Amino acid sequence: MSNHSEHVASAKLYWVVFLALIVCTVLTAFVATIDLGKFNTVVALGIATFKATLVALIFMNVKNTSEKMTKAILISAVAWLLLLLFLSLADYSSRLAG
Amino acid sequence: METPLAVEHEARPELRHHFADEEQQRNAASLGMWWFLGTEIMFFGGMFCGYLVYRRMYFAEFAAASRTLDLKIGAFNTVVLLCSSLTVAMAVRSAQLGKRKMQVRMLLLTLVFGLSFIGIKGFEWHKKYVEHHIPTFNHYNVISGDGALTKEPGNAALLGLNDERMKDPVKLQQRQDEIQRRTKIFYSLYFALTGMHAIHMIVGVGIFIVITWMAHKGRFTPEYHTPLEIAGLYWHFVDIVWIYLFPLLYLIDRRGA
Amino acid sequence: MATVAVPVERKNYLNAEYGIRSWLFTTDHKRIALLYLVSITAMFFVGGFFALLIRLELLTPAGDLLLADTYNKMFSMHGQVMVFFFLIPSIPAVLGNFLIPMMIGAKDLAFPRINLLSWYIYIAGAGLYLWCIFSGGVDTGWTFYVPFSSLFSNTHVIEAGLAIFIAGFSSILTGLNFVVTVHRMRAPGMTWGRLPLFVWSHYATSIIMLLGTPVIAITLVLVVLERTLNLGIFDPSRGGDPVLFQHLFWFYSHPAVYIMILPSMAVVSEIIPCFSRKRVFGYTFVAMSSIGIAVIGFLVWAHHMFVAGISLYSALVFSFLTFLVAVPSAIKVFNWTATMYKGSLSFSTPMLYAIGFIGLFTIGGLTGVFLATLGVDVHVHDTYFVIAHFHYVMVGGAVLGFLGGMHFWWPKITGRLYPEGWGRLAAVIVFIGFNLTFFPQFILGYLGMPRRYWDYSHMPEWQGLNVLSTAGASILAVGYLLPMVYMLWSLRYGKIAGDNPWQATGLEWKTPSPPPTFNFDETPIVTEEAYEYEKMPLPEEVSLER
Repeated sequence: MSNHSEHVASAKLYWVVFLALIVCTVLTAFVATIDLGKFNTVVALGIATFKATLVALIFMNVKNTSEKMTKAILISAVAWLLLLLFLSLADYSSRLAG
Repeated sequence: METPLAVEHEARPELRHHFADEEQQRNAASLGMWWFLGTEIMFFGGMFCGYLVYRRMYFAEFAAASRTLDLKIGAFNTVVLLCSSLTVAMAVRSAQLGKRKMQVRMLLLTLVFGLSFIGIKGFEWHKKYVEHHIPTFNHYNVISGDGALTKEPGNAALLGLNDERMKDPVKLQQRQDEIQRRTKIFYSLYFALTGMHAIHMIVGVGIFIVITWMAHKGRFTPEYHTPLEIAGLYWHFVDIVWIYLFPLLYLIDRRGA
Repeated sequence: MATVAVPVERKNYLNAEYGIRSWLFTTDHKRIALLYLVSITAMFFVGGFFALLIRLELLTPAGDLLLADTYNKMFSMHGQVMVFFFLIPSIPAVLGNFLIPMMIGAKDLAFPRINLLSWYIYIAGAGLYLWCIFSGGVDTGWTFYVPFSSLFSNTHVIEAGLAIFIAGFSSILTGLNFVVTVHRMRAPGMTWGRLPLFVWSHYATSIIMLLGTPVIAITLVLVVLERTLNLGIFDPSRGGDPVLFQHLFWFYSHPAVYIMILPSMAVVSEIIPCFSRKRVFGYTFVAMSSIGIAVIGFLVWAHHMFVAGISLYSALVFSFLTFLVAVPSAIKVFNWTATMYKGSLSFSTPMLYAIGFIGLFTIGGLTGVFLATLGVDVHVHDTYFVIAHFHYVMVGGAVLGFLGGMHFWWPKITGRLYPEGWGRLAAVIVFIGFNLTFFPQFILGYLGMPRRYWDYSHMPEWQGLNVLSTAGASILAVGYLLPMVYMLWSLRYGKIAGDNPWQATGLEWKTPSPPPTFNFDETPIVTEEAYEYEKMPLPEEVSLER
């Protein structure tokens, strides 16, 4: 039957990931109060990306999915968004002041 | 001569006629949902682009306005949503293991968390309304009164209102008008982003009410739980959007908070 | 069916069930394709009506037919209807829907009910747009530029924006269906390398639909919010940035033009080998160039904004990237031409459209490269040169592909042959009418005639070329109407088509004409490469006789 290949995660893994997500949330709120200059944004987005990756890999089962296209779709969509963001922001950044 | 119709499947009724087997059907459903989530990444992404452009342009005003959002409530709401993702993942796992009662319990918890998130969001919005921070409604005003930005410590300095030139009333007025305009863009985008997210949450709750009912009826088994699985993907995605919204909107500049 | 003294008609998708409910609640991809065909044809005439008024106004230099505000509405709605309600759905929703499952050996698309839903969503969007038209229309230009659309226009911007937003979901769902179908529903032996190029092109189109359309969706939402709530996010006097709108708008709307042309290229890739009796030259290159167009097409959007206020460095980068996007299109043109070289050519109606496509698309594409050149663009931006360019690719390219495809697969869809003589005549009329309409516009643009102007009495010497253009448009209209007439005629009086009147390769031609509801009695097992024309017999002469 078809589902014997389906990967069933352990409940423990889900709890560990959940705890990690909570810790990261507290961490990001706390780090925001510390002055890191330009790196505040970098750290905040970095932590967010780490959290998102955990949710995607473990909760959404991207890590162990039998569907080959999942990762490709995810990477394409994210890449496309980064394209939009990067090229648009590059326009603004490369303008002369004023 | 009649063209014979497609062979009747003896498999379970969930298998639709144009699929060869259930695995193909499940893979197709999963692929379809992942592509849909890809489109949602671009949908929210477009708004993120607008937000980032303006944040870069008007950083001080955005930071000052961001400080009027309640950090604790925002963080708490983030935790609520993360709990809901856990319960969704547990619900899917229960289905994989054939545990019907556990499925339903987890799904009900998911609904509780989801509705709590929406409720708390509503509370936050109400607070913004009372503070006159919603553009167009209730006399938007960030300069004076209940919603004055300067009530937040550090905002006056951040906005340059302590500057020497601000002693000149004309320049002060100009700067205040500018702050009024620019923060309005922040709040407009705040409500557009969180509003769009809330709409997705509400749709998600609606979907999960149906899913919970189906689970209660025993429709999900280890062999077949595709609707639950793909609904779960949608829910996790909405959670991920919030995972980004929280730092982008609430944590622009909380130094010294 | 009652027993009568007539031969019992073989059951096919058209006569499997009768009654309006069997059509409105169908999940058969072939019936849905026909539902779309009727809808988009209706919208084509709506858009064409606006074009008619534009060309009539421009017969004389003075603005004497319409008020200026009305003229603004004409070109705005002509553009929006043609782009969003005709060109974008046309080939994918009609020919793509009909053929893709058959071409890959499947019984239906992956999500038949979502397919039907996407048609209903299209109807909802089109209905709302028609409501907008009858309420007074919209005058912002098809591009909805802010702050005019968000603050100053007094027309029905919200309805138009929402209608297009809704239609966008139809597009997204179609693309979703195609991608999942191609990945998951191919018959055994139908490897990616054996797919008809029609499928490759539609796959690339679907990727664009999926990744691009959501961005215009959110952009229109923001404009609607701006207009209803007076937010000011696009109002320069309140710190808003109109160029941001343009970035977001064009991020989709440029790839959208590839949504409009790739399906036509798909059709041409099927027609050329059939009427050259030769396999496609460089199959892999053509397949990969479809993907290349889709990818690079997303990197060029700001070439619409060279004079809008973007930085010089951005302009340079986007100009360079736009030159790059011409490469995969050129590869296709070379490969089609090489396919025809030393082939056994027959100039059937579909072939006439396909060859016309190659020539006209080349002109349109090359003039696009002219526009990508910064110095040239400063001179001809917002002139008729741009209009001529995009009509060459959209009409000379996309519409000719649509007409060619409709003729090519008409026997399969209806079981009837259209009258070949009339078909060829109409194709020639379209070609002549088209060139007479739009070639003068290149000259007009070069001479400086701005687009969207209702009155050119400051330069009356432009009238001659404008008159030629309008004359051409009336000829083109005849060319469009003829197929409507003779194809409808053929439904009742046309010769019965066999399964494969063109002796074409492809799984769709192995089914009866019209096909049965579930396409194949047994799932086919594919063992041949695509376009093995050396193994095919020549078509019977009867298919091509006058």
